[in-house]
Amino acid sequence: MLRDEDRIFTNLYGWHDWRLAGARQRGVWDNTKALIARGRDAIIDEIKESGLRGRGGAGFPTGLKWSFMPRTPKPERPHYLVINADESEPGTCKDRDILRFDPHRLIEGALVSGFAMAANACYIYIRGEFYNEASNIQVAIDEAYEAGLVGKNAAGTGWDFDIYLHRGAGAYICGEETALLESLEGKKGMPRNKPPFPAGAGLWGMPTTVNNVETIACVPEILRRGASWFDGIGRPKNTGTKIFCISGHVNQPCNVEEELGIPLRELLDKHAGGVRGGWDNLLAVVPGGSSTPAIPRSICEDVLMDFDALRSAKSALGTAGVIVMDKSTDIIYAVTRFAKFYMHESCGQCTPCREGSGWLYRVLKRMVKGKANVEEIDLLLEVTKQIEGHTICALGDAAAWPVQGLIQFFRPEMEARIKAYRDQAHRMAAE
Amino acid sequence: MTVNPVLPDSEQPTEFRFTPEYEARARAIIAKYPPGREQSALIPVLDLAQRQHENWLPRVAMDYVADFLDVPRIRVYEVASFYTMFNLAPVGRHFVQVCTTTPCWLCGSDEVLRALKDKAGATVGHPSDDGAFSVVEVECLGACVNAPMVQINDDYYEDLDYDRMCALIDALKRGEKPPAGSVIGRHGSQAQKGPTTMLDQAPDWVRSGPPSGSSR
Repeated sequence: MLRDEDRIFTNLYGWHDWRLAGARQRGVWDNTKALIARGRDAIIDEIKESGLRGRGGAGFPTGLKWSFMPRTPKPERPHYLVINADESEPGTCKDRDILRFDPHRLIEGALVSGFAMAANACYIYIRGEFYNEASNIQVAIDEAYEAGLVGKNAAGTGWDFDIYLHRGAGAYICGEETALLESLEGKKGMPRNKPPFPAGAGLWGMPTTVNNVETIACVPEILRRGASWFDGIGRPKNTGTKIFCISGHVNQPCNVEEELGIPLRELLDKHAGGVRGGWDNLLAVVPGGSSTPAIPRSICEDVLMDFDALRSAKSALGTAGVIVMDKSTDIIYAVTRFAKFYMHESCGQCTPCREGSGWLYRVLKRMVKGKANVEEIDLLLEVTKQIEGHTICALGDAAAWPVQGLIQFFRPEMEARIKAYRDQAHRMAAE
Repeated sequence: MTVNPVLPDSEQPTEFRFTPEYEARARAIIAKYPPGREQSALIPVLDLAQRQHENWLPRVAMDYVADFLDVPRIRVYEVASFYTMFNLAPVGRHFVQVCTTTPCWLCGSDEVLRALKDKAGATVGHPSDDGAFSVVEVECLGACVNAPMVQINDDYYEDLDYDRMCALIDALKRGEKPPAGSVIGRHGSQAQKGPTTMLDQAPDWVRSGPPSGSSR
């Protein structure tokens, strides 16, 4: 279990003052100038050594991502840091707590990270529904300007750094980094083809790095305490702390910061009051937000909560939005509801995703009732394979994975449902 | 893929312009972006127009914003129909968005919908007779640990069930503005019976149980 002194998000529950004075008491903005004085290369190297992987779902090494930015900015091609606060993955509500309760940690992270990639401007793209959270961030930005922490000669570092808040207007797809950039340019959130990658041509065609809120908010603390401190938490290649969001059928749903690699069972028992009705009442867990396949209890027994362990278990850590389902859950409906989500959120650009996500939902809706042929389960699986990997962005994959997980782990339930419907139909025909 | 429903032409209002206050706010938004990148302000400026116009965007407001930002009208229409937060037809004074995605569904969002039907007389797509409430089913609003939840205008109301949703509607009908956040006084996303971490840093009121009122 993570020791309290190793926590980064010390105001996760909003117990303390979230404004500048309170943030300073928690160590935010403590000698930021010295962090920046180390220089760009030293900062990027330290983040690489810490093993920090992106907290937005894909788990890409952060330091490596930053090193893709051009070494020296050309005056006519300014660099941009864009912070992805479009938190919309079902099961995930961690960034929200950073935005509303610890906004200065994010702003300080923005300055340090922006400096490391030679960006003089940063846009925080926040989902439009987070109105009150956006309001807190704006207050914090205003405070930071007033205190000279951002703006000209930010925090006395000699680096000019502007930071702006941009509210979205409701579209899950804008969490995809290139759709986010399109949206930030005032267009429909339709993902761009890659390459070019944002580091080459991003916001308004300029070199851009898009990072998740939690990733950026970790950065100053890693630099202050050192890469070896962060690297010492968790497991090799899966280092550091992570905010887990535990929702669904647990006795005490909560957000909690824990070390990566904590056993799932320990996470649920220690922090979330255990599974409703006891561990034996557990049916399945979606370990990392709706895109990740649900894993059955047999795997939940000893799986570790990090990128590589969950990948070995044929699921993924994703955003660490842990959705717990007990035995009362209709797992087929639960996944059908995810399919409806992806149908709704598909941007409509790529045919396999636009048509396929709706097709998955319509077939699954029948399967909830059992009104299907057993052979259609294989057809369903086949269609998910036709979507996966055949779209510009990962939304198509995300629509396919939960359905694949359902078939992989819960095929007997699907077959039994179909059989029960058949039997009932036969009985009614006989009567 | 979704496209927001649009009010028929015959029922569209014919006039819209920013009040001086809203115009000043719109100019402040435009200033956030480099010169020549005014289109970036489109979504936030459309949001302002919607706020000025009883929480929905008539065609004339979209056209006004297009001219205001010097963006072709079709670009504004496609943005306004793409993003779910833009209402292209009138909505109730209390615009209730119910999350029914899996995490909220697991925790009883069906009961929240039932409460809205029973108490507010509004179902998805059918506003209440007095026009005070309209209800839409929405996808994940990002408060899963406090499920089930609804958003009413700008505020989240969390940790709901049938009775709590009914009580919330009663309060709105009485003209009150219930404090946003957890309706059971849970602070943020901590465990309801008390936190499991940082116990020595917890303020006294955290140790002595949940406070009454807002979580903010």
